[in-house]
Amino acid sequence: MSAADSPASPDSQGTPEALILAKGLRKEYGDFTAVDGIDFRVNRGESFGFLGPNGAGKSTTMRIIAATLTRTSGEITILGKDPEVSGPEIRAHLGVVPQQDNLDNALTVEDNLYVYGRYFGLSKKFIRNKIEDLLAFAQLEEKRGVKVEALSGGMKRRLTIARALVSEPEILMLDEPTTGLDPQARHILWDRLFRLKEQGVTLLITTHYMDEAEQLCDRLMVMDKGKIMAEDSPAGLIKKYSTKEVLEVRFGADRNAQYADQLRGMCERIEVLPDRVLMYSDDCEAVLHEVVSKGMQPTTSLVRRSSLEDVFLRLTGRSLVE
Amino acid sequence: MAATDLSRQGSLHIIDVPKILRWGSIYIAQARIRNMLQWKWSIIGESFATPMFYLLSIGIGIGKFVNSHQAAGVDGVKYLTFLAPALLAAACIQGAVGEATFPVLEGFKWQKGFFAMNATPISGRQIANGVLLAAMSRAAFGCIIYYSALYIFGALHGLHTLWLIPVTLFAATSFAVLMMGVCAAIKNDDLFLNMVQRFLIVPLFLFSGTFYSLASMPKFLQIIGWASPLWHATEVGRWISYGHHVSAAALVIHFSYMAIMAIVGFKFAHHHFTKRLAK
Repeated sequence: MSAADSPASPDSQGTPEALILAKGLRKEYGDFTAVDGIDFRVNRGESFGFLGPNGAGKSTTMRIIAATLTRTSGEITILGKDPEVSGPEIRAHLGVVPQQDNLDNALTVEDNLYVYGRYFGLSKKFIRNKIEDLLAFAQLEEKRGVKVEALSGGMKRRLTIARALVSEPEILMLDEPTTGLDPQARHILWDRLFRLKEQGVTLLITTHYMDEAEQLCDRLMVMDKGKIMAEDSPAGLIKKYSTKEVLEVRFGADRNAQYADQLRGMCERIEVLPDRVLMYSDDCEAVLHEVVSKGMQPTTSLVRRSSLEDVFLRLTGRSLVE
Repeated sequence: MAATDLSRQGSLHIIDVPKILRWGSIYIAQARIRNMLQWKWSIIGESFATPMFYLLSIGIGIGKFVNSHQAAGVDGVKYLTFLAPALLAAACIQGAVGEATFPVLEGFKWQKGFFAMNATPISGRQIANGVLLAAMSRAAFGCIIYYSALYIFGALHGLHTLWLIPVTLFAATSFAVLMMGVCAAIKNDDLFLNMVQRFLIVPLFLFSGTFYSLASMPKFLQIIGWASPLWHATEVGRWISYGHHVSAAALVIHFSYMAIMAIVGFKFAHHHFTKRLAK
């Protein structure tokens, strides 16, 4: 029995409650299939990630979950409800952070939060109190009276996340939360998301950054061309689809391919990329030693731990960020 | 650093969905009005200046000229009296259309704010109703000021002329909601609003019997007037204001025309708002 077949509510064996259950979920746009019959389950309190390149179907899946896009076929329930029947009832419990910020540029930081809270029917008093919390959370206290158009990219992103939290959602959905942000802004955001997770908020994240997926997600679904390639924890995926370590060697563009056959015998698996060769093994120092002892002199070599990038390469034969 | 942990009861305990289903349009209208208030001085200034300009230049200037050549006046009344209901309706329709079209392009395309609204329990239908309600609130504000100016300048006489306000707003609603639907439906809108202004609003203003009776124009140009909500509002307005002759049957036709335009407009707008949000 697959995970998606299990009941949505917690049973006597302590199976966690499923907030989202999808079976055979499919979305077509004319001849193009964006989401190709996928099954998945997200449990309460989990941080669940969709990892894949642009066009993999992540955002489409997110919009179906967000009850703003209709599916072509298949089944899906969010909080036990069908989005095509109970759109508003589902959206009442979601916090949505879209790929592109859609704040009201003409309004101040504070007014953006206020207006959004009103869309959830929350009282003025409740929202006014909440705004104080949210401004602190997003580190925007000093910008409260500033119009959104004057904020930096990182600040806008934090405000969009704060806005999504005004209604204390059961599920926070983040579509590419840190794309386009500088490293410092990303780390601040990750820290904030981590705190939310600790508070029991269920997170749904799409990303094409491996480090983000590893940092934030308990469980990952690797997607490509509308299909699920694999699903597990980041560590589980690495264990299942890669070795402990990777040796990266460069011989120069012409010779990488030329040495490939010889190198293949020295480790579990190799990937020949245009600029370098990746050699997979649990003991890469030994592999490097062997490469050198056979008289092949790489211009550079690097031993590192396997990452989700290696998993993706293995599953799709392509690099994630191209 | 300040406390960054959020207190939390959870949406399941604090959100009342039936309440949002009832009041969502009002929430959207409130947000739109909050947005408009960013430009409150220019809105207030414009609301006062427009009637002044028209009254001084056309009403009084041209009026003097017309009255001096036509002792009996136009349609049996002074030119300014003849003109007043049409000016009121034209200003109100233009204001409403502007406020019901520009924010729609902004919401769907430029800032995508409608998608943010629709990520909450608010539906496309409620967004359309809310935007229209806000547009009509502003139009009503402008309409009351315009009416007052007309009254003070002696273009309207008697409290029965207050009926001009609801009739004018009715005409403005019917046209604004239709144009709002069109804005939601069109994909390439770069030039659209300019085209509307130049080839729809201005001709309607000029060819709807605003400055002279529609009957004095060639038949093929009269068609523009028949199609225009402005002409229907003007005919009814003149009937209210100074007893311009309109048969009972014509009154029924005028109101029916505006009502049908409103009903079709609402259906069209609701359909396209919902469709575009789900794309």
